[in-house]
Amino acid sequence: MNNEQGLRLELDGIVKAFPGVLANDDISFSIKKGEIHALLGENGAGKSTLVKMIYGIMKPDEGTIAWNGKPMNIVNPKAARALGIGMVFQHFSLFEAMTVLENIALGMDEKMSKKALEEKVVNIMQKYGLSLNPKRIVSTLGVGERQRIEIVRALLLNPKLLIMDEPTSVLTPQEVAQLFNVLRQLSSDGCSILYISHKLDEIKELCDSATILRGGKVVATCDPKKETAKTMAAMMIGTSLQAINKVKSKELLEIGFSVNNLSLKGGGDFGVSLKDISFDVYRGEILGIAGVAGNGQNELQLVLSGEIVLKDKAKISMNNIEIGNMSAKERRKHGLCAVPEERHGHAAVPEFSLNDNAILTARNRQNMVRAGMINANIAKQFTTKIIDEFNVMTTGHGASASSLSGGNLQKFIMGREILQVPDVLVVSQPTWGVDAGAASAIHQALIDLAKGGAAIVIISQDLDELLELCDSLAIINEGTLSQKQKVGVMSIEEIGLLMGGVHGEAKPSSSEVGHEGIANAN
Amino acid sequence: MSIDLTIAIIITMVGASTPLLLAALGELVVEKSGVLNLGVEGMMLTGAVVGFAVTYTTGNPWLGILAAGFAGACVSMIFAFLTLSLFANQVATGLALTIFGAGFSALFGQAFTGKPIKLFKSIFPDYLTDHPILRVFFDHSPLVYFSLFMVFAVSYFLYKTRAGLVLRAVGENDHSAHSIGYSVIKVRYGAVGFGGMMAGIGGACFPLLLTPQWVEGLTGGRGWIALALVVFSAWKPTRLLAGAYLFGLIATMEVYAKAAGGGFRIIPSELWASLPYLATILVLVLISLRHKMSSSAPACLGKPFIPSN
Repeated sequence: MNNEQGLRLELDGIVKAFPGVLANDDISFSIKKGEIHALLGENGAGKSTLVKMIYGIMKPDEGTIAWNGKPMNIVNPKAARALGIGMVFQHFSLFEAMTVLENIALGMDEKMSKKALEEKVVNIMQKYGLSLNPKRIVSTLGVGERQRIEIVRALLLNPKLLIMDEPTSVLTPQEVAQLFNVLRQLSSDGCSILYISHKLDEIKELCDSATILRGGKVVATCDPKKETAKTMAAMMIGTSLQAINKVKSKELLEIGFSVNNLSLKGGGDFGVSLKDISFDVYRGEILGIAGVAGNGQNELQLVLSGEIVLKDKAKISMNNIEIGNMSAKERRKHGLCAVPEERHGHAAVPEFSLNDNAILTARNRQNMVRAGMINANIAKQFTTKIIDEFNVMTTGHGASASSLSGGNLQKFIMGREILQVPDVLVVSQPTWGVDAGAASAIHQALIDLAKGGAAIVIISQDLDELLELCDSLAIINEGTLSQKQKVGVMSIEEIGLLMGGVHGEAKPSSSEVGHEGIANAN
Repeated sequence: MSIDLTIAIIITMVGASTPLLLAALGELVVEKSGVLNLGVEGMMLTGAVVGFAVTYTTGNPWLGILAAGFAGACVSMIFAFLTLSLFANQVATGLALTIFGAGFSALFGQAFTGKPIKLFKSIFPDYLTDHPILRVFFDHSPLVYFSLFMVFAVSYFLYKTRAGLVLRAVGENDHSAHSIGYSVIKVRYGAVGFGGMMAGIGGACFPLLLTPQWVEGLTGGRGWIALALVVFSAWKPTRLLAGAYLFGLIATMEVYAKAAGGGFRIIPSELWASLPYLATILVLVLISLRHKMSSSAPACLGKPFIPSN
């Protein structure tokens, strides 16, 4: 009977509790056939838990899920797929060492020969204008292509409901546009889409309706077309977001950090080589390095922070001291601090207490060690200061790093480096996994640090973040870094093209570049 | 070198390689599924003593092999339960399994020390096995043909069947496999059981194919060489075959060098005997130099999988 109303999926009173947390608290909403429905919320609002239950990875403690009007018990992902529920994961569930086709075969429940499958895959790709070579090994592919594998895998099942978990966080603007075309085409074919995101502009552009979660509860439902990004953000966070206080005009006089003709051969199968990278950062300047993941950001971060030590000391210098051949420890002593992308095992030792983790990077700059002995008091004070100033939710300075949620640990790590007041700060993904409120606090701290005269390099895949925060921007693609430009000089399209591969010919406001780029990309 | 001697060397080499090949094939499948079972030596010893006991009591080597495979699989289930269901550390549990196998086989085998059995000889007619040239193909134990068959069976399974694809996927990215809906734990139980069976049969090769008696510690550390072989082969069954035969050849040299005398005498026989182990170390060093950063190892090798629910 509900079926006549055209409801594809109805959730009624879904509850899911984990030890210590109520991840989903009485969640109810429904999705119509062919509707693109946004599920909006901050990190930890319970979005991922909810869709995992719809897809049968977890079971709800209470509540019912109805499919086409009938209550269903979705016991596992296989059962979900049999109903016609497909899912594209945020962290791709792909197998690096296998081919595209093998990866797709693994997601199929019906048995079919390799040939038949390949034919089907090619058909689907033609229908939706997706390009992929089925024989490629996944580890050689970029993020956009990897996502296409997931999408093809989901489409092969003729889904009636497609769940997309934060699909655009790693895509170039062009790839996002292409994805939206596919999704609109699917929706017009009658497939419902549950679109999870915290990017409000995208939701406004794409979605027909939105359910907003906060702290595991549904706090609002709305029509995104009738809302503004601001009003939706307010619903999502609960309070209105504090605008960050950017320094309008800066005098940039003194070069604080510079990299000269840096080249580095990438190691291993998946490594990217850095090719002749040069840039200068003035004291007080924030330089953003944008790019799609896997284009040399990791390697660049390692070289800049000193995890990879160069033979030629002249390649990197700060405050007119050549530091290319220095270890990370020596660079710290000279005033270069760094936050690597990987939190566990790189930025922090998960099993160590916050206190010990603070000692690991701040011991010299904060005078925590005298004659080889740790001064526990100074360390404790410093750790407590980080916890207080960066609002880290924890039981105290003795809590182990692994006991913190990802966002909280990120706040702690950022605080640890910023409070050391470095002359140069190199940061990868400063607000990765951090909720919007805390992200703006971190942004403000970075801006204040720059105001004090530090040269800051931010490597991030989040273009919005870089545009908001940085004074200038360069784009890394396949190990090559574009010319540094003032933020605002390049259009989003141009940045997107640079991220996608046409290199070095970015003329300000040029439409020709655009056409060329699209032709090349196809 | 005369043809006769060459053929004799080949036959000895193939025999000496077979237990290694079988045990390593089993371990290869285990590791492909993402589990590191260092208990190969223990499972081989268990297989060896059970294989010997059953063959001695029943007089039927076929039954002996079946029992050895079964015993190996049973022992491996201890490992599987501890590591896969209780999330115990795989390295420590594997080492414990080896110690357990050594102790169990010594205890159980006491009653059989010094008792003779017959070797599991070729099943082909005499005119083939005694033929001066053709015996190179026919004068082998059925276990040898079984091991060769298994190389191709394992290779086919891993790369041509869907079940093999799933097994590799589980070893490559357990969480992804789980989220797509495959049972990581079940697949790994199956792989560990297969590995145990193959190690058991490999162990049974010692009394049934090489020396027809039971002595404590009969396998002499071959389980460790089998583990090294899996790395050497870069987890590829056909390369494993080449590797096993290479090690078999080195082991055979010891025997023939002793017999040949002359120049070979300069090198003490203890050194010859240690050659396979030295070669193992050398191979591992070379491989780690060559692979340095990249690696063909299954990405989840040795990591415990704890499903989120």
